[in-house]
Amino acid sequence: MRTTHRLFALATAGVLGASLTACGSDSATTETDGGGPITVSATDTGCEVATTTVNAGTSVFAISNKGQKVTEFYVYAAGDRVMAEVENIAPGLSRNLHVELPAGTYETACKPGMIGKGIRGPLTVEGSAAPLTDDAALLAATESYQRYVKSQTAALLEKTTEFVQAVKDGKIDEAKALFPVARTYWERIEPVAEIFGDLDPRIDGREEVTEEGLTFGGFHRIEKDLWETKDISKSGPIADQLLTDVKEIVTKANAEKLSPLQLANGAKALLDEVASGKITGEEDRYSHTDLWDFNANIEGSKAAIASLRPVLEERDPELVKTLDTEFANVDTALSAHRSGDGWKLHTDLTEADLKTLSDAINALAEPISKVAAVVSGK
Amino acid sequence: MTPLSRRRALTLAGVGAAGLSLAADRGLIGKSDEIPFLGQYQAGIVTPAQDRLHFVALDVTTRDRDRLIKLLKDWTAAAARMTAGRDAGEIGAVAGIPEAPPDDTGEALGLPPAHLTITIGFGPALFDRFGLSAQRPAALEELPRFTGDTLDAALSGGDIAIQACADDPQVAVHAVRNLIRIGMGAVSVRWSQLGFGRTSSTSTGQATPRNLFGFKDGTRNLKAEETDALRDHLWVQPGDGPEWLTGGSYLVTRKIRMLIETWDRSSLTEQETIVGRYKGSGAPLGTSGEFDEVDFDSVGADGQPLLPATSHVRLAHPDTNSGARMLRRGYNFVDGSDGLGRLNAGLFFIAYQRDPRTAFIPVQRSLAARDEMNEYLRHVSSALFACPPGLSGPEDYWGRALFG
Repeated sequence: MRTTHRLFALATAGVLGASLTACGSDSATTETDGGGPITVSATDTGCEVATTTVNAGTSVFAISNKGQKVTEFYVYAAGDRVMAEVENIAPGLSRNLHVELPAGTYETACKPGMIGKGIRGPLTVEGSAAPLTDDAALLAATESYQRYVKSQTAALLEKTTEFVQAVKDGKIDEAKALFPVARTYWERIEPVAEIFGDLDPRIDGREEVTEEGLTFGGFHRIEKDLWETKDISKSGPIADQLLTDVKEIVTKANAEKLSPLQLANGAKALLDEVASGKITGEEDRYSHTDLWDFNANIEGSKAAIASLRPVLEERDPELVKTLDTEFANVDTALSAHRSGDGWKLHTDLTEADLKTLSDAINALAEPISKVAAVVSGK
Repeated sequence: MTPLSRRRALTLAGVGAAGLSLAADRGLIGKSDEIPFLGQYQAGIVTPAQDRLHFVALDVTTRDRDRLIKLLKDWTAAAARMTAGRDAGEIGAVAGIPEAPPDDTGEALGLPPAHLTITIGFGPALFDRFGLSAQRPAALEELPRFTGDTLDAALSGGDIAIQACADDPQVAVHAVRNLIRIGMGAVSVRWSQLGFGRTSSTSTGQATPRNLFGFKDGTRNLKAEETDALRDHLWVQPGDGPEWLTGGSYLVTRKIRMLIETWDRSSLTEQETIVGRYKGSGAPLGTSGEFDEVDFDSVGADGQPLLPATSHVRLAHPDTNSGARMLRRGYNFVDGSDGLGRLNAGLFFIAYQRDPRTAFIPVQRSLAARDEMNEYLRHVSSALFACPPGLSGPEDYWGRALFG
């Protein structure tokens, strides 16, 4: 995982709310009466959601942070599965969150200070408003992507098992070689993994985002042991826990029903991962194997778009052409840094190399950010 | 849909609490804070200098001529909207569908046009591509190296320049940010600069401001009201070069770091001797009023000229540079501080002229060689651009005469 990015979970933060706040107090009530956003009044100690019952389909929450701390707002399904979230709501600001919810029981949560379990409340979703997947082409898209997820999770489990074994056997060189390979399968489907709350940070969290009281574990802890501390004699329990967590996430990911909108948002989220973490070398700061992850993110993004392709071809062929061109440009820019079966280290790239890659990612990410709207059919 | 102005969008968004935004709207009525985007000349040159600047130099990364032309059209449309106080895109920051990223970034919602002008220029290297070699004016050559230059290549040059000036920094930043976003995939940011506190007046209606040395700067600037002088010194005239640039102007930018800590420790007399003006009134040494003619000849009791031979005013004056004049439009900058705790501050020099070969280049040669002020200056960035004339109507676009 990167920092606290979980865009895959349908989150769409709007700025509409900001003007509502600026304009005064009564507007929110008026809009709720008219079927508009559900207001959420977040403070440092409270989380007042205007209603605890909504109809199935798309709901919009308008969250106002009236506290002193930066806050977040989540909609959780059973088992703390993130359905949607909006992050980094500064004191005094308002944000909107759009989420597509099938009938069922959920929980809402505000997280003042952005840590802990948050202030929870119940949310019941009634009825059975038709989801986008009614459209056969969209259904085919999600089924296609689900197959991709299945193939990647199988490989992830296999390679992580090998990696963990090498670590436990004290085989440093073998473990080092397996590290970027196992991560490739993770990075391709990372937005799916990010749906499952705490599992993602446990597996892929970096040292600075490890919450107080918790142990820094997962891939990056072992990376540090391998490359920086150069001592894996005590890494066994960490490696065992990593495999346990990976097994759990593989099971969950394979069982997860994804919506077409999640595919679209996931394709974009993967490019955000590249832009914010891989270009900068923050992701694999000890091993500098960021380009493996970079490439895997691009492949994952491409796979999600590929699943949606029939729908996009039908609705916006120009956009598909643009995406093809820009994906090809990214591949060209990246292929200059191939090294054997893998990739050059991040530290071997010049500033100019990174700028070229950054430009290519920006050029691709702008059109990809338009896919969700096309998929939603509006 | 019909494009909404930012003010209107805000009013619509604030259903049930429209009172406050209406009040803000009313506050704008009767205030002429919108500068016309169309006209014979580009806005942002003789326009009374606004208080804030966001300047960006971009490299063109696409090799597809049609894509570049489309970008110039898209930019022109966005610039027309934003200078009128509207959102960058046709839909706007908040009127779109929830699943799509807004086509305006939103930070200017509720803000007035704030005299926003957006001015474009083309750099020398652009002409080597896209089959434009024949259209490259002879005067559009990389500037020569001047004595003492300590230029950072990464902060210099560029294929396209965009100058956004406004009285509200957020409005200027909003304009540049949205244009950069529109350009992704076709252009890449090379360098950019924020500026505050205009350091020149470009109209007789404006008081002369001060630069970070604390001196009035730009007293003898070319001014919007000097029609004949503008023709002779500012606007490219028919026959000067390729026809597409007639009615345009050459833009020189220099980022000039000021070593202000050592400057601040120099005596008032030394400061005034270096500049050649009194610090309080701005009058040339030996005279009494800011706008008095510079007195080159008078000598003091010690037999030395009242205006030293190495003073900035004397060396930069048109009379010592074959009559060369420019329209200066620079801004102060403070880019935080450096590793030694010194303010990274100075002047982002901007000058428009009819021909740099008879204006900026000879004047800077003279200054670089002899100006006592150089002890306190470091030129770190340099660029030259050819700015096309203004846009004739809604169907016109930046660079049409060049690419058309």
